[in-house]
Amino acid sequence: MNKILLIIQREYLTRIRKKSFIIMSVLGPFIFAAYILIPMYFATREDTEEKTVVVIDDSKLFTEYSANGPTFVIPGTRYLKFKVVEGVPIETFRTGFEESGYYALLFIPSNILASASSLIYSTKQTSVEVTAYIKRAMENEIEHLKLSTHDIPDLEKIMAEVETNIQVKNIKWTRDGKTQESNTGVVMGVGYLAGMLIFFFIFFFGSQVMRGVIEEKVSRIIEVIVSSVRPFQLMMGKIIGVGLTGLTQFLIWVIFSLLLITGLKAAFFPELNRTPTEQVIASDLFEEPADNNAGEGINGEAPGGETPGNEAPGNEDADIATQIFASLKSINPGVMIGSFIFYFIFGYLLYAAMFAVIGSAVDNETDTQQMILPVILPLILGIYVMISAINNPDNALAFWFSIIPFTSPVVMMVRIPFGVPWWQVILSGTLLLATFLGMTWMAGKIYRTGILMYGKKNSYREIWKWLRYS
Amino acid sequence: MNRAYELSGANLLTASNVVKDFNGHRALNHVSMEVPGGSIYGLLGPNGAGKTTLLRIINQITAPDEGSILFEGIPITPEHVSMIGYLPEERGLYRKMKVGEQALYLARLKGLSRQEAMKRLKTWFSKLEIGAWWDKKVEELSKGMAQKVQFITTVLHEPRLLIFDEPFSGFDPINVNLLKQEILQMKEQGATIIFSTHNMASVEELCDHITLINESEVVLQGEISEIREKYRKNTYRVVFSGDREKLGNGLESRFELLHVEKDGREQYATIRVKAGTGSGELIRNLAEITEIRSFQEILPGMNDIFIQVVNDASQKKGS
Repeated sequence: MNKILLIIQREYLTRIRKKSFIIMSVLGPFIFAAYILIPMYFATREDTEEKTVVVIDDSKLFTEYSANGPTFVIPGTRYLKFKVVEGVPIETFRTGFEESGYYALLFIPSNILASASSLIYSTKQTSVEVTAYIKRAMENEIEHLKLSTHDIPDLEKIMAEVETNIQVKNIKWTRDGKTQESNTGVVMGVGYLAGMLIFFFIFFFGSQVMRGVIEEKVSRIIEVIVSSVRPFQLMMGKIIGVGLTGLTQFLIWVIFSLLLITGLKAAFFPELNRTPTEQVIASDLFEEPADNNAGEGINGEAPGGETPGNEAPGNEDADIATQIFASLKSINPGVMIGSFIFYFIFGYLLYAAMFAVIGSAVDNETDTQQMILPVILPLILGIYVMISAINNPDNALAFWFSIIPFTSPVVMMVRIPFGVPWWQVILSGTLLLATFLGMTWMAGKIYRTGILMYGKKNSYREIWKWLRYS
Repeated sequence: MNRAYELSGANLLTASNVVKDFNGHRALNHVSMEVPGGSIYGLLGPNGAGKTTLLRIINQITAPDEGSILFEGIPITPEHVSMIGYLPEERGLYRKMKVGEQALYLARLKGLSRQEAMKRLKTWFSKLEIGAWWDKKVEELSKGMAQKVQFITTVLHEPRLLIFDEPFSGFDPINVNLLKQEILQMKEQGATIIFSTHNMASVEELCDHITLINESEVVLQGEISEIREKYRKNTYRVVFSGDREKLGNGLESRFELLHVEKDGREQYATIRVKAGTGSGELIRNLAEITEIRSFQEILPGMNDIFIQVVNDASQKKGS
């Protein structure tokens, strides 16, 4: 036992003193923060470049708008403009269009109502977004035009009244009949994060175990060590030592990342809460019904054509916070944290033993490539199932993969926040534990033979032979 | 008290009927070996004969399929690792670790306390003049330097049994001598040494007993002086002055002249004495026909014995 501690100590100390560990500890949070903030930054950034589309409007569809001059902002957009010209043939724009400064040319034929088709000419590929805006603008106009032919009185008022925005709120009934507010988005996020963390940890530090074993083989120190300790002690010492290194690094990252994200958000995105994109996200995920009648949660008619999403965000932030908080409350923190730690640790231990086997079977790192695929395949499969399980955490696929030990650490984590029957968690946990024990026992046997083998063809057939050596 | 111990007498280590199979290939076939306490024991054999497998079994790195290993008459257990020092043929160090730190780690794995290991390491490092490398990384050392560090970590815990597998490879002649002196000194202090090598000159110089393994089986075993006695060929080397022709013609038929050569002013003859006669007869015969300057029996070197035994064994298997 004392020797295992010595091995753990060496593995841990030599690793955390490595330059790469210190560099990764410092850079890790920046990479983390960048992963979260850069997509956020691009998502919140609108394309603010002004684009003008010249419109040959033979149908006089947009005549109404061009009353105050031929150039106007396309309805529903901010930086996209139409410039309407009439009675000019397309041919006049054909040559030298690029120099004209127009983004594209829209030709609306006079029979647009019947043909329902128009043409966009440009020298560059027109972006999907711009095309969609143009299309929607035309559709709106044509719909209006068609409706107005029916000669309905007070059309505008009716249209405004007809516009509807449905809010759906999730209420979960617990077993004893209590109601619990749950926000799928938040619950989903928690599970997803937990599953991804486990995947990343297993993959990154599992391969460190493998590299450590190869290092001992390549440097030929292995035989010296195993004359002092049992190979199994060496293997377990390494797995635990690397695991502790990983936990340390993770802790550093999490703390630094939280500080960094909070700091950067405050420094660079003070307006973040007001951007349209976040309003969209907010209204999609966190929207609180305007008149929330005592747990009913179903919004009545939206008053006076104003949808809640367009309301100036007054106490909306507070509402979002309450919602997130309420949703997080729907997750049992004891079960969540407990199962996270369990699947985190045993998932790592299970895979680390397999990575150790690969390390013991090869003579150098380049030989690991073909061996590693069968090991990480279930893990990658787990990630795919996890992503599908986010949409439906109780489907059969998610159920089975959260029971099978090789995928359960990742898949079960995404199901747990939604609530999983106890027997399933216990079954999955027991299977994982049993598989870990069996795998470690087998790995120990293979490892013992593999570390002393040089120049063997590395294949799973060879490994199978080693397993049967006494 | 312990019957097994009494049976094995003064042997520090006894291997009896050790069998080891690797997937259809028999690496050791009923190998037995008795290593007397306080001796230097040579374990010889061509490459792939099974020496390393036997050494690994003694070190409990692998387990035998049959047979047993006794340490002082008691079946060997993991507790014995602190009494054994093993310098394997395939040896190395953690390249990125510092020399001193690494030596300390290896010593503590053998069960030494931190303080004790530190004290002994300082002594050994100054003895082998490598004290200045304490804080260097292993990758900065030359091969010879690293070998010295490995040697120290093998002997540091003052084991009762030392196992050296090709200990001198990678050393220059000066350091080979230095190590030989250290090994002999450890023997004097009561350590038992098993010594595996292809260098027959050092076997003759150091070993008291040998076991020669060929193709997984013991083909020769015993005290080195007895073995050399057994393999003597009754061949003598004579330095003489006088007529070569006369020597050739005057030699009785009981003696066979194998070779005559002239080197400067000296003449050498190699003469074999046929069975049923002795060296005294030869001297008498030679004295009649020439003038003897010197007379010496040619004892076979371990190198010759090695080659002869291995070839004979292989032929026997082949036929």
